Formats: sequence, C-alpha cells, structure tokens
Amino acid sequence: MNNNAADNSVSYLHYKGKYSGLKAWILSTDHKRIGLLYMVTMLFFFSVGVTFGVLMRLELLTPGKTIVGPQTYNSFFTLHGIIMIFLFIIPGLPAVFGNFFLPIMIGAKDVSFPRLNLLSWWLFLAGGIMAIVSVLMPGGPVDTGWTFYIPYSVRTNTNVIPALLAAFTLGFSSILTGINFVTTIHRLRAPGMGWFKMPLFIWSLYSTAWIQILATPIVGITLLLVVFERLFGVGIFDPALGGDPVLYQHLFWIYSHPAVYIMILPAMGVISEIIPVFSHRTIFGYKFIALSSVAIALLGSLVWAHHMFTVGMSGTAMFLFSLLTFIVAIPSAIKVFNWVSTLYKGSIQTDPPLLFALAFIFLFSIGGFTGLIQGALSVNMHIHDTSFIVAHFHYVMFGGTGFGIFAAMHYWWPKMFGRKYDFKRAKRAFWFLFVGFNTLYFPMFVMGWLGMPRRYYDYLPQYQVYHVISTVGSWILVTGLFLMFKNLVSALMYGEKTTEQNPWGGETLEWSTTTPPPLENFAVIPVVTDAPYVYKDNDVLTQEDTH
Amino acid sequence: MSSTEETIHHAHRDDEGSRMGMWLFLFTELLLFGGMFLAYSVYRYMHQAEFHIAAKELSTLMGTLNTLILLTSSLTMALAIAALQNNKKVLSLILQGTTLVFALWFLINKYFEWSAKYHHGLFPGADVLMEKSPGQILFFGLYYVMTGLHGLHVIIGMLIISYMSLGTAKNKITADNHVRLEAAGLYWHLVDIIWIFLFPLFYLIS
Repeated sequence: MNNNAADNSVSYLHYKGKYSGLKAWILSTDHKRIGLLYMVTMLFFFSVGVTFGVLMRLELLTPGKTIVGPQTYNSFFTLHGIIMIFLFIIPGLPAVFGNFFLPIMIGAKDVSFPRLNLLSWWLFLAGGIMAIVSVLMPGGPVDTGWTFYIPYSVRTNTNVIPALLAAFTLGFSSILTGINFVTTIHRLRAPGMGWFKMPLFIWSLYSTAWIQILATPIVGITLLLVVFERLFGVGIFDPALGGDPVLYQHLFWIYSHPAVYIMILPAMGVISEIIPVFSHRTIFGYKFIALSSVAIALLGSLVWAHHMFTVGMSGTAMFLFSLLTFIVAIPSAIKVFNWVSTLYKGSIQTDPPLLFALAFIFLFSIGGFTGLIQGALSVNMHIHDTSFIVAHFHYVMFGGTGFGIFAAMHYWWPKMFGRKYDFKRAKRAFWFLFVGFNTLYFPMFVMGWLGMPRRYYDYLPQYQVYHVISTVGSWILVTGLFLMFKNLVSALMYGEKTTEQNPWGGETLEWSTTTPPPLENFAVIPVVTDAPYVYKDNDVLTQEDTH
Repeated sequence: MSSTEETIHHAHRDDEGSRMGMWLFLFTELLLFGGMFLAYSVYRYMHQAEFHIAAKELSTLMGTLNTLILLTSSLTMALAIAALQNNKKVLSLILQGTTLVFALWFLINKYFEWSAKYHHGLFPGADVLMEKSPGQILFFGLYYVMTGLHGLHVIIGMLIISYMSLGTAKNKITADNHVRLEAAGLYWHLVDIIWIFLFPLFYLIS
C-alpha cells in the first residue's frame, strides 16, 4: 500500500521528475539531491577557504612582507575564517551527509519538510554569494576577523555589512535545517525504530539540530544589531554611544561556542558509524555514546565565556566557566574511550574510511587535551590569543571535523554514486593529509607557547623556523587534498560501477537499499527489529548486547 | 537486521509534524528576541535611573492602546481558527480580516509614535539624543531596534494571514485541513506575546 508509488527501480541520480537538466537538481526537493547540491557548493567554498589559508601561510614564511601587505593579510584571515566556518564546517556534515543519509538511516522517504529543505539550500547559496560580493565590492574585503569584535567592526571602512548579512543568512539556513531534522527524527522513524535503535550518526545529528535551533538565533540578532549600529548609528555595543563591547563578545560566543559542537558532533557520529563496521564488532557502550552527544549539546551551551578570560570578568564567573569547560570534556572522552574499546579485539579492516576515522581520534584527542590546557585559568592568561589557540582549534575543527568529513566521503561515496574509488590512491592521499596536517599545525603549538600572537602580520626572527615548517606543511596538506579529491572525482567519471548494496558489511539501514538509492529510498519501508551494529552474521565477537 | 513489510506509516500529510516544526520555529524567534532582552536587562541594570528618565518620553496611553489592539487581534485570530474548524468559512474569513485591520491599526499608531519621537530629535544619530547620557542613548537604541523588529514581525504576520485568507477563500484551507491556518495563528500569538513583554519594559518603567 505504497500510496504515492514512485518508480523505485531507478536510482535518484537518474530519476526523471517534473524538471530536466540543471533544474532537475536546483529545484529538486529530494533530500539526496539537496545533499549533493550542498556538497558541490560547500566544496567550492572549501577550495576558496583553502586558497586563502595557503596564501596566509605563504605570507608568514618570512618576517615582514612576503607576498601581500598587512591590510590584505587581515582580509585573508578574516575571509578564511568566515568561509571555513559558515560555509564549510557548519554545513559540512549535517547539510551534506545529514541530508543524504538521515532519512535513509531512519527508514523514511524524505525529511519532514522537503520544500523547506530546498529553501535552506537556496538561503545557503544566497549567503555564500553575499560573502563573495563582500570581497569584490568597493570598500575592500572585511578585515575584522570572523568574530566581528566591537568596536573595530563599527569603525573599519571595509565591507562589514555584506559579510554580516551573509553570516545572518547562513545562520537562517542552518536554523531551518535544524528544525527539519528534529521534526524528521521525531516523526518519520521507520516502524520499530525506537530512540535507542537509532544509528549513532542520527543521535549526533539530533543533538546538533537542537543546538542549531537554540543557539543560532542569538548570533543572528547580535550580527543584525551590529548592522543597525553601522547603518543608523544606533547605540547598542559601541562604547562611544554608551554600549558595552564585552556584552557583544558574550552574545557572540553564546552562539559561537555551541557552534563548535554543531561542527564536531556530526563528525563524532560518522566515526561512531565507521568504527564498528571496520572492526566488525558491535559498538561498545551504545547508550553512552548516544547520550554523550546530548550531554555535549547541553554542557557546550554553558561554557561560552572561556573565550573571554582576559576581558576582566569576575573571579566567580571565571572559575565557573573554567570548571564547566573541564566538565564538557567528559562526554567527549567517553566517546573516545568507547571507540577505542570497540576496536579492541575487533577484526580490523584498514580501508580508507577507517584510516580517516583513526586519524580523527588521534587528532581530536590532541585538540581536546590542548583545549583543556587553555581551560585552566592561569595557563590561559599566558597563551590567550597566541597561535597555540589557532593550533588547538585547527586540531579539533580540521583534524576532527575535516577528517570526519573526509571519512564520511570515503565511507559513503560508493553508496551515493554507485562507483568505486581507488583504495591505493585514497591511502596515499591520506598519508599526505595526515603528515601535512601535523607539520602545518603542530609548530603553532610550540610557537604559541613561546609567545607568537595570533593574527599578526609580522613577527620576531626567532619564530621564523616554526613558521617555515608550518608553511611547508601547508604545501604537503594541499597536495594531499588535491590527490584525495582527484581520486574521488575520477571515481565518479571512470570508477568501476557497482550496485553492491553493502560493500563494507554495515548493519544500518542505508546498506539495506539498492546502490545508488532509489528516489524514495526503499522499495518498501523497512520494519526495524534490532538495535544497530549487532554483528550477528559476521560471527566475530558479538557478545555485547546494547540494550 | 530488519524485515520488510508493506506499511502505510509514511502518509504524505503529517499535521502533528507541521505543528512541531512551527513550535520549533517559534523557539528560534523567542531566542532571537531573547538576545535583545538580554542586552536590555544588562543595560538597564547598569543605567537604572537613566532608563527611568528616558521612558518618560514614551506615551503610556499609546502603548496601552496598542496592547489592547494586539490582544484583541489575537482573540479574533483564535476565533477565526475555531470558526473554520466548525466549518464556518465566511465567519472565519471575516475574523481573519478583522485581525488584519487590528494589525494595521497597531502599525498606524506605531507610525505616529515614531514620527513624534523623530520631531523631538529622539532618533539615532540626532544631536538632541547624542547630548543625553549614555543610558538614555542606549534606551532609545534598544527601543527603536526592539519595537522596530517587532513591527517587522507584525508586517510579516499580516502577509502570512493575508495568504491564509486567500487559501481559505479558495478552499485550500478547510475544516479538514487547517494546520497552516493554525500555524499562522501560533505565529500571530508570538507577535502578541513579545509585545506583552516589550510594553512594560519600555512604557511602564517611568
């Protein structure tokens, strides 16, 4: 009794709907096509962000001027930040792989609001275009840093307003995706799929979606207030008009700290999918991983002021925010513990997705521990606003989320496109990425500890050796990126075609439908009877019952 | 891990889901204004006396009138939904129209209020305002931004209700399928409830 019967023998890639050509994509309300739209736009902006990053590193190769002047350099790090955060890392997993796999993994035909989903992508595109416009318009690209701190952001003559409106629009898009996902997870789970039978990726998307809904409006209004302040001279934050710049920082970080969990939680979800599949073992501590996502979402909303330990808060506030910062590390540590325990005595298959997942655990752990170092008040005074923090968040955001996105690509690529990629090349690219990444960012820990400030155009000669190592690292990393994308893209064009449903032996629902999935995901809606990751058929260590 | 069987679990229409989506959206609206209410509380705490003086410039009479208008419009909106549920299409249309009239009346009052302030030189960037104390500048900054954004929500609400009236007239929104009108009603109550907080915080603290 499939009431709106679509032809399920044709894959979503070839399905003929109302429109054809490009329109069949940009006007499609199919969550899978929207996911791919996001992927194409996101990767475009990623390449722009990488370019700015590489240029920035090149400029820092020598003290003083290397390739550009200080004003251009300020725009480089600002645009690198805005693009990477709002256009790559935030939409990276939820909007691309969340859109594509959330309905499939819960056994639904689509998200709850497919048209709203398409609108989210259009808003995303509009935001991205505004960001580009802000670069090209007369007045010069924005140079405030991605944090838009007051009072500089109301004083500078660069194109702050288009950049702020871009961030606002992207935030709106992110909110709509969040609303869509929460409703979908509540309403459209397949029969039999109780909360604790959901895949862990879905749990992480659920927690993420709540943060998107609850935190994003705060930064939205904060950025709008800066727009009003610039446009009409309304006194809100500018100290010249009686305002308080520290209040701006509070409002900004009330969103932007939870936002880092929007970035990292879905990546943790991906890792929780990959680890059990490639160690052929039931995940260790399913409920703990699921609920630690929720715990991170809750606690992560209460630690924002640890970005502001040097602004002069009360001792009590500093103590509390520092304490909460230490507490929020616990659920992340629980996850790492459970992943490693899952690997223990598993029959491990080191295919590319697992390599990326292992790199995630390694890099994320370094990023997490160095985060704790900064959460300690006394140490924070020493390393605040040095390149130590830059290294820390790149280890978490790129080493964590970035590698999480790459892992997801290598894990789901054959499913999404019905094409195989070359394992050897993928592994070679992986090693370039891993070595390049550490060469690029590890020296930043050292020089930050020695006192190299972040965002500085010029530096003392004693830091040069670290800057040189770091810049060389950026070249290795970019080589790795190039090799990886070349491999994945050529797989799309020349890769061996496959209709294999379940190449890795996964136990979640996306592996029980055809490859690539049909328009409505399943020929018949599945009925779920078991918890995910129960490796009955693989007869390898399946004692762990997750109930 | 899963067996398959024929099911009609996934009906195309999901009213419960639509309501849930709307409520989630309303949360985001509350938090949007929440950011400004937070700024208001901080600044009022810092400049209590000056907020008190600045608030004397606002007309309590106008504020009260607008509160009454908006509250009544919420009632007519709720009645419009109830009427449609009872299959009284024409009555529902009349009530939706009444809501729109009230909304317009609210905006007209707002226009007169703002232009009066403008003539007194109490607007951002004006010399008269800039000579006042920081607390008063902040008060008027917040006043314009918060009532302005609220006014924008009134306009958006009017557009939504007009669209719903059109749908009702064309029988696209009916007694059996009224979840969209309900969502519009929820939105309108949100606009109302935000005003209920704005009114005492700006008009009644003098």
